[in-house]
Amino acid sequence: MSESVANSGVHFDPAIDNSKDDINAYLEGTDRSMYDFRNEETDFYKVQSGLTREIIDQISEEKNDPEWMHEFRLKSLDLYNKMQVPNWGPPIDGLNMDDIVTYVRPNTKMQGSWEEVPEEIKSAFDKLGIPKAEHEFLAGVGAQYDSELVYHNLQDFVGKQGVVYSDLESALHNEYADMVREYFMKLVPPTDHKFAALHGAVWSGGSFVYVPKGVHVDMPLQSYFRLNAKGAGQFEHTLIIVDEGADLHFIEGCSAPKWNVANLHAGCVELFVKKGARLRYSTIENWSKNMYNLNTKRALVEEGGRMEWVSGSFGSHVSYLYPTTILKGNDSDVEYTGITFSGKGQNLDTGCRMVHIGENTSSLVTTKSLSKDGGIGTFRSAIEVMPTAKSSKSSVDCQTLMLDDISRSDTVPVMDIKTNNCDIGHEAKIGRISDEAVFYLMSRGIPENEARAMIVSGFANPISKELPLEYAAEMNNLIKLEMEGSMS
Amino acid sequence: MSDSLLQVKDLSVAIEEGQILHDVNLTIRPGETHVLMGPNGAGKSTLGNTLMGNPVYHVTGGQIFFDGQDITRETTDKRAKAGMFMSFQNPLEVPGLSLESFIRNSLRQQTGKPVRIMQFKKQLEETMALLNMDPSYADRDLNVGFSGGEKKKAEILQMLMLAPKFAILDETDSGLDVDAVRTVSKGIEEYHKRSDGALLIITHNAKILESLAVDYTHVLVKGSLVTTGGADLVQKINEEGFEQYIEEAAKANE
Repeated sequence: MSESVANSGVHFDPAIDNSKDDINAYLEGTDRSMYDFRNEETDFYKVQSGLTREIIDQISEEKNDPEWMHEFRLKSLDLYNKMQVPNWGPPIDGLNMDDIVTYVRPNTKMQGSWEEVPEEIKSAFDKLGIPKAEHEFLAGVGAQYDSELVYHNLQDFVGKQGVVYSDLESALHNEYADMVREYFMKLVPPTDHKFAALHGAVWSGGSFVYVPKGVHVDMPLQSYFRLNAKGAGQFEHTLIIVDEGADLHFIEGCSAPKWNVANLHAGCVELFVKKGARLRYSTIENWSKNMYNLNTKRALVEEGGRMEWVSGSFGSHVSYLYPTTILKGNDSDVEYTGITFSGKGQNLDTGCRMVHIGENTSSLVTTKSLSKDGGIGTFRSAIEVMPTAKSSKSSVDCQTLMLDDISRSDTVPVMDIKTNNCDIGHEAKIGRISDEAVFYLMSRGIPENEARAMIVSGFANPISKELPLEYAAEMNNLIKLEMEGSMS
Repeated sequence: MSDSLLQVKDLSVAIEEGQILHDVNLTIRPGETHVLMGPNGAGKSTLGNTLMGNPVYHVTGGQIFFDGQDITRETTDKRAKAGMFMSFQNPLEVPGLSLESFIRNSLRQQTGKPVRIMQFKKQLEETMALLNMDPSYADRDLNVGFSGGEKKKAEILQMLMLAPKFAILDETDSGLDVDAVRTVSKGIEEYHKRSDGALLIITHNAKILESLAVDYTHVLVKGSLVTTGGADLVQKINEEGFEQYIEEAAKANE
């Protein structure tokens, strides 16, 4: 007991420290929760030592937050300090909260130098064919990146259709300030979980998109071009509102392994799909393999609206990622298409959650997961059908490909159906690469590693064909690299 | 040996469950058509698979030379690059990989050069037409949902597109209706004509051989080549069966 106190770094009165026997005597007869509480308290103290109201005040001041946002951050901070880390998923005790605290502290020089960036990240940039100019930025060591110009061009282009596309900070100060206030963290409130609270307190960067009624945006908006906002890839917030009858395809993320000094990503994505609107949200995430990716994504779909998710999860050490769709309006529907690749040292806990509220709503889930070199992949699907959701349909199809005998893959389907009048289906399949198939491809001159990669790409094809061509190509490259194990 | 394309010397092959082939000797020269016959379980497919380098089959003795090179320990892809091909008895299904892209990738691997798309597409279309294959099969996932006949036609299509020096046809005619056999047979003729390719045809059925000029016929019984003859041997076996050879093999073992 005294050792654990010493290790916690908390200063205790020497008088108590010396009377070790007295402490033991005191602990005797007390219940276990007493002990647990003490640990909590030391954790609490640690966080307090880093993430304080003063720091939040500084963040707010630096960002020139409106007063309501400042208060929002402070309330979130209180929640964050009170809440427990989740205890049901992959372990996250390797997460060093001190690093994160340091990172969110304003005016801290977090940027390392190019020399400090791990070698495998650098070589992955080359293999993915990322232009040199972007290397430093993606490695988190370059402050400037030439994407700014591309971003502004894109902004002007869609601006002509009345579409608002900006960083969230700017939106807090222009004519859309009230709209941001109306929607910001309403779908993912800081009370949701500890990392949502952290996000609410320290969020920084991210996108704001508003598509006015009836506007069909002709080209996909790609946040790739504006990732250079400070804090992007860490606590960024994406807020998208597609108004009635409008249509948008938004693409977030990129295939380059983004490297951050602090290893927590707690971003938040809130998507509002209004009556008769359609939103396709595509994302390819590839985090560096020290990263804890605890991202929260949610969509609210109104009557006759349609939400489409296309999601590729690569990289990270541990991921918790379960995009949620709330089918609130009648006749609304959602399609979720996702792929996860868990390699060496990775534990990716992904899935999706569908909440059917409106009548005649439908959800269609197609996922693929791959695991290799001892990687662990867990797919959770939660389908909730409320009593109001009469005549609803849901179909979940989850396929897994194991690339060796030491990897692991689990499927955890949860269904909570509160009406008789619905049609629910679930299918899960686990397979392996057959040696015969590898031999078959090799008999046409294809080397073994390529043959395996082709089989895996084929398995992933239903997902990649949902992506725009250049992203599909990047994803195939990513799969190849993962297969070679050259990125782990 | 200098004029042979494939030379198999004293080849013995085992799988985990036991020995299958015993001291097989076989020489095939460029452009020759050889037929391999034998009762079920004689080891015909084992020979084909071993020549192609299937890792399930272990060479326990002897050597395989192709184009003057000892390829006994060579990987399957290197054998293919050297000019070998096998039409599979049960072609594998690969979801998400189209037939066209499979052939294109194979060509690229074999030639080491990018494939010229327009020229490739034209050739693919023409070859598919020759084999009475619906052009839509080019975009379909490799062998997924193909009928038995379409799978075999797809194998012959690959052979024609890749134009190997030597092709093993492992029961390409089995389970096909008369029309399909005729089409496949036409494809084999075309291969022969176009690239003067050598063939080792593993079959039970004389029908596929009707329009082909067979140079040699070999009979394999219980893992040993028991006799070799000309084209007339096919006819003889069709009439008399393998009885005589099985008995001879049994006597030889006594």
